[in-house]
Amino acid sequence: MEPVNTKENLKNIVEAVLFASAEPLSVNDILKAFEGKDNVGKKEVKEVIDAINDEYRNSGKPFLFEEVAGGFRMITRPEYAEYIKRIYQAQPSRLSKPALETLAIIAYRQPIIKADIESIRGVNVDGVIKSLLDKNLIRISGRKDVVGRPFEFSTTEKFLEYFGLTNIKELPRIEELSQFSSLK
Amino acid sequence: MGEDYKVRLEVFEGPLDLLLYLIKKDEVDIYDIPVEKITKQYLEYLGLMKMLDLTIAGEFLVMASTLMYIKSMMLLPPEERVIDEEDSVDPRADLVKQLLEYKQFKELADHLEEREKERVNIFSRAASVSVESEGAELSNVSIFDLISAFSDILKGAGQEDLREIFEDKFTVSDKISHITGVLKNNKNVKFSELFEKTANKGEIVVTFLAVLELIRVKAVKAVQKKHFSDIFIEMVPAA
Repeated sequence: MEPVNTKENLKNIVEAVLFASAEPLSVNDILKAFEGKDNVGKKEVKEVIDAINDEYRNSGKPFLFEEVAGGFRMITRPEYAEYIKRIYQAQPSRLSKPALETLAIIAYRQPIIKADIESIRGVNVDGVIKSLLDKNLIRISGRKDVVGRPFEFSTTEKFLEYFGLTNIKELPRIEELSQFSSLK
Repeated sequence: MGEDYKVRLEVFEGPLDLLLYLIKKDEVDIYDIPVEKITKQYLEYLGLMKMLDLTIAGEFLVMASTLMYIKSMMLLPPEERVIDEEDSVDPRADLVKQLLEYKQFKELADHLEEREKERVNIFSRAASVSVESEGAELSNVSIFDLISAFSDILKGAGQEDLREIFEDKFTVSDKISHITGVLKNNKNVKFSELFEKTANKGEIVVTFLAVLELIRVKAVKAVQKKHFSDIFIEMVPAA
């Protein structure tokens, strides 16, 4: 094997590791490839990913590495979506309004019990909760210490991935939103 | 209206959605809701939903009684009102608070939807994080928009005995084939044009139920260029 820390080789290793992974890989995961040797640290990994993205962009490649759900993964550029969709997804399916509203409530108030979600939405949410659990967008994260010890729900990594968020803090703050309020 | 069809479009939106819809439609101040007027309209919509046999969640009825309670409290002079633990003098305060909080989360949901739209065009190495859609796709048209349009058409119809509805002159299945026939030749049709000018109430109800059923099975969708503008019905291309 060649020594790792030629710049070119470092880039190839990071690229190969990310290419092979279906899930987003955190920088710590990527570092495992170097077994703590070769003087490669978090800073170097991030720099290398930026360099690869620059290269892809400059040479007009159809993919790039994006930061999502606390890691990096390879994605295609949106311009190519119409071609890919012809093969993989005839009709992009979306979440329903009730599902989106329930997710928004859970995302901002987590961990939260069902009764509290229902008092905000004003309707029963059994069906929506079940389907969000099935889709892995939320999970049962504990039980509340009140009578009946009801389940508490939180969002998942998949939730972050699905909406292209690095972490939950990337969502707008509630105060930021109300200025766009259409009712005022 | 015959046993041939029982339309079960689940009303996903709840009572708070209906209230926000009415507040927006009438452009009233959410901090100063004209309770009497809004309650009247709320009950009208509830009546239309019952008439159409839509599955109405019990929460709608609870809200109706809350509204009527607030309405009666408003009639009392402030000093005679029962002041609850929150000690707010305005009987509308709790409801307004609830509406504002819910509205905020609806905006957050819109934000998530925007993000979702962008994500649909991105594919990762994992064979796409696809989420199966559930429920009827009304796109940007809410059930209340449809009921509102339906109510306008109904008002235009000739006065006659409502019992007519229960006669089997028109069936939902007939109207479904009629509508799909019309849509085969036109890309989209204005919602109101689906109803014959000469139609009586029975026919209007059956036609409307046919539209709801087509939306439920995702054969058609309702679209609106902007809120409270004309609704168009168009075919959903077969997957």
